[in-house]
Amino acid sequence: MHVVILGNGVAGVSAALKLRELQPAWEITIVSGESKYHYSRPALMYIFMGHMRYQETKPFADSFWAQQRLELVRAWVTRIDTSEKKLELHGQAPLGYDQLLIATGSKSNKFGWPGQDLDGVQGLWSLQDLKLLYANAERARKAVIVGGGLIGIELAEMLHSRGIHVTFLVMESSYWNNILPDGESGMINREIRAHGIELRLETQLDHVVDDGTGRCRAVVTNHGDEIDCQIVGLTAGVSPNIAVLEGSDIEAGRGVLVDGNLRTSAPDVFAAGDCAEIRAKGDERNTIQQVWYTGKMQGEFAARGLAGKATGDYDSGIYFNSAKFLDLEYHTYGLVGRHIAGEENLYWEHPNGKHAVRIVYTDEGVIGLNTMGLRWRHEVCERWLRDRISVDEAVRRLEEPYFEPELYFRHEPFIRRAFSEALQQPTEGAL
Amino acid sequence: MDAQTLDYDFDEEGIGFGEPLTPEVDAPAGLSLGERGALTLVGLGALSLIVQWAGGPLAGTWVGFASSFGLMFVGGALTFWLASTGTSAGIRNDGTRFRSLFARGTAGWIAGILMTGFYVLLYWYPETLGHPTNGAEPTGLVRVVDPLARLMTNSPASQWFLYGVLYTGAIAVFGVRMLMKYRHNRYQQIRTLSVTFFQAVFAWFLPNLLLYFQKPYMEFNGVWPLKYDYLWPDKIGQLQEAGGLGIFLLFWAVVVALIATPVLTYLYGKRWYCSWVCGCGGLAETLGDPFRQLSSKSTGAWQLERVLIHAVLALVLLITAVVWSNHHFGYLGSWTEPLKQGYGFYIGAVFSGVVGVGFYPLLGNRVWCRFGCPQAAILGLIQRLFSRFRITTNGGQCISCGNCSTYCEMGIDVRAYAQRNENIVRSSCVGCGVCAAVCPRGVLRLENGPPGDRYENADKPLVALVQSLQSTEIHGYEPWKGCPSDSDPVRQSS
Repeated sequence: MHVVILGNGVAGVSAALKLRELQPAWEITIVSGESKYHYSRPALMYIFMGHMRYQETKPFADSFWAQQRLELVRAWVTRIDTSEKKLELHGQAPLGYDQLLIATGSKSNKFGWPGQDLDGVQGLWSLQDLKLLYANAERARKAVIVGGGLIGIELAEMLHSRGIHVTFLVMESSYWNNILPDGESGMINREIRAHGIELRLETQLDHVVDDGTGRCRAVVTNHGDEIDCQIVGLTAGVSPNIAVLEGSDIEAGRGVLVDGNLRTSAPDVFAAGDCAEIRAKGDERNTIQQVWYTGKMQGEFAARGLAGKATGDYDSGIYFNSAKFLDLEYHTYGLVGRHIAGEENLYWEHPNGKHAVRIVYTDEGVIGLNTMGLRWRHEVCERWLRDRISVDEAVRRLEEPYFEPELYFRHEPFIRRAFSEALQQPTEGAL
Repeated sequence: MDAQTLDYDFDEEGIGFGEPLTPEVDAPAGLSLGERGALTLVGLGALSLIVQWAGGPLAGTWVGFASSFGLMFVGGALTFWLASTGTSAGIRNDGTRFRSLFARGTAGWIAGILMTGFYVLLYWYPETLGHPTNGAEPTGLVRVVDPLARLMTNSPASQWFLYGVLYTGAIAVFGVRMLMKYRHNRYQQIRTLSVTFFQAVFAWFLPNLLLYFQKPYMEFNGVWPLKYDYLWPDKIGQLQEAGGLGIFLLFWAVVVALIATPVLTYLYGKRWYCSWVCGCGGLAETLGDPFRQLSSKSTGAWQLERVLIHAVLALVLLITAVVWSNHHFGYLGSWTEPLKQGYGFYIGAVFSGVVGVGFYPLLGNRVWCRFGCPQAAILGLIQRLFSRFRITTNGGQCISCGNCSTYCEMGIDVRAYAQRNENIVRSSCVGCGVCAAVCPRGVLRLENGPPGDRYENADKPLVALVQSLQSTEIHGYEPWKGCPSDSDPVRQSS
């Protein structure tokens, strides 16, 4: 049996390793045009900032792949031929497969802005993008970042660390406010400005100005302001990278359409990770999951399917995520900022604006947790949410998830006092 | 597929990504007025030092000392202090991998050669530094610290007194750097204050006080077998002859080596010594901190480390046994002298000094601690087998970025454990806590807890040993193993 995995990101590699464990004798090939070896995509920023060399972003030693008998092919796939069961490769002989896993990840969104294809205008997703950024940074003194998400703030930090003046355009009235509640979002606004990055809220890109040579010279915002810049970072989200499906009969929507077992419409073809769009069972919307751990989970789940050992439908469990906004660490668990019917929020923020905790709860118990500038233990947070402990109990057990480094100041007494006081006051509309 | 993507054919392995070429920014260049002033102090101090070394005026006076080492230490500390003011607190490793001095570039090699050269002169050509011979007065560099030596030890300065001043000064000055770099991290701050205190008081002030009263020299934070001769017959004899104080020193040496070591390592791991108390560790954690990313993370280095450090331990145990049995039975006569001198030369001087510190800019700041120190070997065995210490990992939050592994001075591939959600129980870990500090996702935490659950998701020592002997294969990769959502019911209920 020969399994080909298309893509060497976290989903593809997690699948390959799980499959090797389940089927020690099978032939497994990983194809990628981007890089020879798997590297950690979230670490791209650290290469540019000089925290790490490229080699250090690789989670496994180069010798690991041969030891695990995982063949690596460096090539771009131009077409998937599901009837002949082969991949057409750019500049190389076709590659046959018995089973195929598509794990091609995401690509940066572009929304048809005039000038979006000028030189100096780019997203940040891949090694290609990083190489492009190296070239673009050579001539840049000013940059404009469009889109206030996770990649946007990373790109802003990267360029800022190189002494490039960054103007950050955010459509919402506060950074990432469509995901983060006002408190946390406001903290990050202040953090961005404290670092010397110019933050313009409620501002969108209208068009990019050509300098006459096909390179960007400035952007014009929806308010008509012109901002000089030599780099425009387009970081208005990502969407599934499904260009490789062109010319194949595999069904696609926004992503590669898969069922609960991560099987596509074509026989013996699976998809996992950012590129997969999981068909909904009932009236709900299809699911596209684009975070690191779901890439891991989907990859491993797909490996079970490839190995013929699938059990039940894919379920990613209780949602969690984390990020670092400049110097502010952020962790989230469960349902925060989703405006669930009947939800109440407890929010504590340290007077220094560097630490915050949010507990979201309903009558049935705690449903979501956010921490900013404080480390809590994943295992405990998940247990609280799974057990739906009551908000009173959570406040009573505030020390339990503590995961801060030793000798740090303990904030729990202050958090508990603030939360207890808030709980004693009847909330508006509750009576 | 678009044409631009298909065109992409980049040799990221060979060419990689170096420093991006960015034009000089319009903002006024780097240094503030205060920093320039502080650096000027360092420059003036260095100038004064060179003039005095060359036999110029002021050498051997308090003014001479203050205008050279004094200015350099104060200026250096001020520079680090001022460099951080006005910036926000947080992890700032920007450019670390680009800068020649910290990335094994030309500047790194020059620094390595200079530091190594200094150790060669110190150990084998001390007269070039001005060390007095045959009761003469100190000259050159040694003479500059002479007034301080006469005040502290009531005798002329030697090359070792000069070394003590430089060593303690380096820890203090670069300690200020650490305090500022980690001003958001109390663990790092308190740890830095600790190593600075133990160096200044236990390893420098008190031993010199012993010399002042003409008692046998001893560093109070030095432990056999790192200080290999502290439990050898000669030293013990010397201490026994030194009266009540000598007996106390003997008692101290025995208690620290045989009782404090196992008890404290059981409670806190080897970090209580290696990154809180030890003098070598103190220098590594301060002067050596900018070089921590240079430690090799290769499997080969790990294998070499395990062989070498235990070989040195076996050697020092063997020599200690031989000198003691010879002390009692005398069957080897004076033949043990070359043995003792050989160990002192090759391990004590070449390995721990020339290579251990001189190679900071080439091999990282813990070469000696990782590959050679017999005390670290003992502490490591205790830490691996009988200790409450471990580094725990935080569920599924790891993004495999590799900051932890990159900045581990002991060359541990921390990420390999973190991405599998395994506890890290490694004999070499000195508990500096930097992996946890640089982690952008809050995944790592240094902890002491009941030894029983220490191996959660990790291999028990015996199993790991057998596995490592059976094959060189790297651990199977199970990124999700042990994560809360996926753990088996048995584990959840336990």
